[in-house]
Amino acid sequence: MPAVWAVWDVWDENSPDRIIKPVAGDRVFRWITAVCAAAIPVLMAGLVCVMVFNSHLALKKFGLGFLTSTAWNPIAQEYGALSSIFGTGVSTLIAMLIAMPMGLAVALFLVEWAPPKVEAFFGTAIELLAAVPSIIYGMWGLFVFAPFMADHVQPLLGRYLGFLPLFKGPPMGIGMLTTGIILALMILPFISSVSRDVFKMVPSVLKESAYGLGATNWEVTKGVILPYALHGIIGAGFLGLGRALGETMAVTFVIGNSHRLSASLFETGNSIASTLANEFTEASEPLYLHALVALGLVLFLITVTSQIAAQLWLRHIIKKAGGK
Amino acid sequence: MMEETMSKTNKSLLAVILFIAANIAGALHAGPIIHGAGASFPYPVYSQWAHKYNQITGVKINYQSVGSGAGIRQIKAKTVDFGASDAPMKAEELDESGLIQFPMVIGGVVPVVNIKGINPGDLHLDSKTLTEIFLGKIKTWDDPAIIALNPGIKLPSKAITVVHRADGSGTTWIFTHYLSAVSSEWKERIGTGKAVSWPVGVGGKGNEGVASYVQRIKGSIGYVEYAYALQNKLSHILLQNRAGEYVPPSTETFMAAAEGADWEHSAGFYVVLVDQPGKKSWPITGASFIILYKEQDDAVHAETLLNFFDWCYKHGDEIAIGLDYVPIPDSVVEIIKSAWIKEIKSNGKQVWH
Repeated sequence: MPAVWAVWDVWDENSPDRIIKPVAGDRVFRWITAVCAAAIPVLMAGLVCVMVFNSHLALKKFGLGFLTSTAWNPIAQEYGALSSIFGTGVSTLIAMLIAMPMGLAVALFLVEWAPPKVEAFFGTAIELLAAVPSIIYGMWGLFVFAPFMADHVQPLLGRYLGFLPLFKGPPMGIGMLTTGIILALMILPFISSVSRDVFKMVPSVLKESAYGLGATNWEVTKGVILPYALHGIIGAGFLGLGRALGETMAVTFVIGNSHRLSASLFETGNSIASTLANEFTEASEPLYLHALVALGLVLFLITVTSQIAAQLWLRHIIKKAGGK
Repeated sequence: MMEETMSKTNKSLLAVILFIAANIAGALHAGPIIHGAGASFPYPVYSQWAHKYNQITGVKINYQSVGSGAGIRQIKAKTVDFGASDAPMKAEELDESGLIQFPMVIGGVVPVVNIKGINPGDLHLDSKTLTEIFLGKIKTWDDPAIIALNPGIKLPSKAITVVHRADGSGTTWIFTHYLSAVSSEWKERIGTGKAVSWPVGVGGKGNEGVASYVQRIKGSIGYVEYAYALQNKLSHILLQNRAGEYVPPSTETFMAAAEGADWEHSAGFYVVLVDQPGKKSWPITGASFIILYKEQDDAVHAETLLNFFDWCYKHGDEIAIGLDYVPIPDSVVEIIKSAWIKEIKSNGKQVWH
């Protein structure tokens, strides 16, 4: 049964019984690693159990209506998750729309066209951006970026695109649009540094043959680099998505924290994470607390679903491309 | 030679271990420690009092500013010796859990505005216009209702942005309590709470969040604790009180509101200082409360606890005023102490004499 024992014993083609019994220390070491690995699913299950247990009052009272209600009234004890889910979705969408193309462009430039010294410098700079704590983005967003949006960007958008419902309302600086842009800045380094590594793995032979056939930069990018790296690019995207969905402090600073749905990106809103950060400490009634934990459960489900969808989609793409 | 160095090392190692052990033991016996948790609004003054009291008596007070709601949860679970809350608990709720509460310090909630050309104390509002602004009925600063109260001031036709707290807070509780007291519409539609369903506006996290939103957003109005209005140099308004006078927020007007209240006949000191009578009273004043168990397990520990509060009432005024809080008037302290004598017991014996 070498297949089963492979984890514990070393498979050796040359020895008579083809298995080398590992020394005691090795065995202990393997057990430790196995226990650590097993702890992860146990932790996950425990997390779900605790969240369900601590939200059962809200789940029982509101049922599925919790997901579709916009009410959030601690006095009347009515709670609904829709405005928070909406805010999480919209801010993440804006962030992805900006960060995805920008991250790819940055990575392409660094890998394909920048001189090595420039690449090294900017590459490090981007990775440093990823290390900036999110509270710093939040404070910078509130004190520097939001006033800039209020004074320069929003009035301009309002003047020329104000006929769209997306850009209606007073230019306050804070709100959905600002939140989305700041989230985009936060996930940009993840997307671009992963894509950079992926682009580097595209074999030079392929690119050179394409150039040899007279392809332009754009044609090589579109026809050779992007298809070859698609796999990794999607991975990079989902890494960014995961971070944007759960980002808390930076969002809380600039989103405006109101439990309302609005079509305008200038208006304020809230996200699941920001609602939790704001309201957890003072929620004294049991139903209030349970509604907040239920929100946490919703966020957990959204992130898990998106990760599973990503995996399935990847598999589908690989199959279509005829890969392994 | 070898052995000699070994024993020398051992000896010095032993000395180090003994030294550390002695220190740990010393720290453990350095004096009683009192644990408290709750409201963040009085945290600056509580921590100053605790620091000073520790220097004088050696008693250590460990106060965690975790929010009023969490403070109430922690005292109920007996993980702390006292809880602190900005919103008083109802008398029935106190009795149910065997708790006693009393006011420790007083502060005011101040509406602040950001309107071009308007300086602190320029804008006059009455309770009706303030409520209608927060209900979203008055939408611009040049609304006839606001102009009528402010003859001679040029108000822009700018949209009003209401800024409220995004987190649950005692400040919101006091403010919405005031709006409910002066407006039946607010009372019915919105109500009083640490977090409410706001009809309009944007939410900032904490007093500092509201203060910075008001500073950033032109045409905004928000409400913050007095100290934050001062520190951030925000433009406070003059608010009409019950007697019809326009008063500025100040320690003097908060004190006036506290003195007018009927502490003696309020069960469980459930006194909210909003909309108090008196010409000088600031209408949005509130006290921050300490919550204890009436039945104390350890009489000595309970006395240590009450000694600290007694010291704060007696000697804490200067520190409180220095931090823009208002101390509890002496007449009220007398009533509080008689409640201690009557209600706080340990094994059937009174703790405070």
